[in-house]
Amino acid sequence: MLRVLKQIAHVGLLSEPLPAPNDDLRVGEALQAEISRVFARAVNIRHVDAGSCNGCELEIHALENPYYNLQGAGIKFVASPRHADLLLVTGPVSRHMVEALRRTYAATPDPKRVVAVGDCGACGGIFGESYASAGAVANVIPVDVVVSGCPPTPTALLQGILAAIRS
Amino acid sequence: MSAETQLTANPMHAMRRSTMQGDELFALCNRFAANGGRLVSLWATERQAGAELEYVLSVALQDAGGMQVVEVFLDSAQPEYPDLSGIFLAADRLQRAAFDLAGVRAIGGGERRWLRHAAWPADAFPLRHAPMPAPGESSDDYPFVRVAGDGVHEIPVGPVHAGIIEPGHFRFSVVGEKVLRLEERLGYVHKGIEKRFESLTLEQGVKLAARISGDSAVAFSWAYCMAVEQVANCLPPRRALWLRALFLERERLANHLGDLGALGNDAGFAFGLSQFSRLKEDLLRMNARAFGGRYLFDAVVPGGVAVDLAPMDVPDLMMEMDTLGGEVALLHGIYDNHAGVQDRFVGAGELRPELATRLGIIGLAGRGSGQNWDLRCDLPQAPYDELGANRVIRTQGDVAARVGVRFDEALESIRLCKRLLADLPEGPISAPVIKATDGASGYGHVEGWRGPVFVALTAATGNRIARCHPHDPSWHNWPALEHAVIGNIVPDFPLINKSFNLTYSGHDL
Repeated sequence: MLRVLKQIAHVGLLSEPLPAPNDDLRVGEALQAEISRVFARAVNIRHVDAGSCNGCELEIHALENPYYNLQGAGIKFVASPRHADLLLVTGPVSRHMVEALRRTYAATPDPKRVVAVGDCGACGGIFGESYASAGAVANVIPVDVVVSGCPPTPTALLQGILAAIRS
Repeated sequence: MSAETQLTANPMHAMRRSTMQGDELFALCNRFAANGGRLVSLWATERQAGAELEYVLSVALQDAGGMQVVEVFLDSAQPEYPDLSGIFLAADRLQRAAFDLAGVRAIGGGERRWLRHAAWPADAFPLRHAPMPAPGESSDDYPFVRVAGDGVHEIPVGPVHAGIIEPGHFRFSVVGEKVLRLEERLGYVHKGIEKRFESLTLEQGVKLAARISGDSAVAFSWAYCMAVEQVANCLPPRRALWLRALFLERERLANHLGDLGALGNDAGFAFGLSQFSRLKEDLLRMNARAFGGRYLFDAVVPGGVAVDLAPMDVPDLMMEMDTLGGEVALLHGIYDNHAGVQDRFVGAGELRPELATRLGIIGLAGRGSGQNWDLRCDLPQAPYDELGANRVIRTQGDVAARVGVRFDEALESIRLCKRLLADLPEGPISAPVIKATDGASGYGHVEGWRGPVFVALTAATGNRIARCHPHDPSWHNWPALEHAVIGNIVPDFPLINKSFNLTYSGHDL
């Protein structure tokens, strides 16, 4: 126990300030003031991997490390779409995940936002559209913000999430 | 047996290729299994031979003597071959996938579809030349094996999981909290990778290879490049090979650090997650600084590497490794002496060596159950022939063993990184890949952090890809996970699952 406490004291606080939202990433309709007011900054996110190579997931995980400290900003990942305000969807959407993604979207209560993550979530990326891939997330459910990158950095992800929920 | 060919001048590659009949293959596999050999991969191809179409089944095998690929030409009207799943357990799902994609059938093998759900018609085969019909539905019914008895009930989980994880379906049959049976259903993230390769050039293909499983970008891109370099007769410069190994060991470190944190967290020790995720982030930031990317996605290219290491960064990378080594050792001590953590780790998800051998599990999880395979030691390719990587083995086969393997392998990777930095050869970082031989095949195998990844490649005219089959060790270890959870309680499943940490994307392709 003493060693644990010593290590915690030795490492200290690493959390960095949040980046500013990047409104350029917004692709949806103008934000409804009401939604933003309700969300404020305490937002629950449900992540959905709809066919990703798992690269984007590594960076979404990184958001929870002490440097980016997403939870410290009042934003947390939840285990069910029914608890979520925002879906963070990585793609490309494989055809085998189309139905699961649609149902997850339907199970998320209104008002809700959707952030499509990565080059694949944006446009299908290197996998494109095929017999097995439906391509961009927007081909399957409505999308509010797109964060490109392969994978997008944690900072870019934060900017996108904040752009989707800012008041 | 006929047409035996040595594919490369480098004896370390030791890859032989031969052609035989289906019954000869069956006998060969039996001999391999009896002598401690293992199945590497199994895949099928439809080839245009003049006006005819021909069907080829390829099987890669490994034993102490090296690796070999066997090709069996199948009857064009009825492409079938003997079922190998009685010899190699992992063959079952590979055979079902080969049918889903290329329409060749194992006689007497499993009939349930594996990678195909309902996105394409049951009688259409994506890896054949005939155009695919328009996509259909995305969900269907899968005939899970039912467990009957008093008080037995099912818990369906997924495909959308409760964490930041890839999608797949787990069907638990339980009594109370105890797991009687786990059945996996995968294929949800099948996105047509093998078909996609066929529309790319050898040069473009590496970008896709790096994205087969994002956490193993270096391993897959290196294996892919190894195959390309064989078909194009290209030998990357020494410095490039050393840099590839540096990238691979850093990828191993990043994943082991991430897993060690997540395993602590799954055992209720959040301190472990914050400590290890900090160390992982430091490593990724150094990657971005020294190599221009946090995950080295496009660092390995055919002929060499795309990024060099500036001499001014070497001392910082060396110091980074020294610091990291101290931190990992300190945290190892804390994990080992934490009663609560050890209570969750020890005995959970146990897979004894005898069963592990029968299941054919490999890679990091295999080494936790006494399975010795490690390509860096078994078939060491440059620069591992000079580096002399040390094999890490545990025999208890539980979560604690898989954690122990990660700790020791992380320290070994740190040692290798320091050696790679200290003795990094001077010189160019890439050699030109000029022209591949039409129809030539090449094979790459690399010990990634999860285990051995394998890539088989055939070149087409104009430096294009005729066929590319990537294989992740998760094909062998997913079935083993089903065994490891039997008799455990449901709440221990996330911990046991994480201790394997298998890929969905790299498996579903």
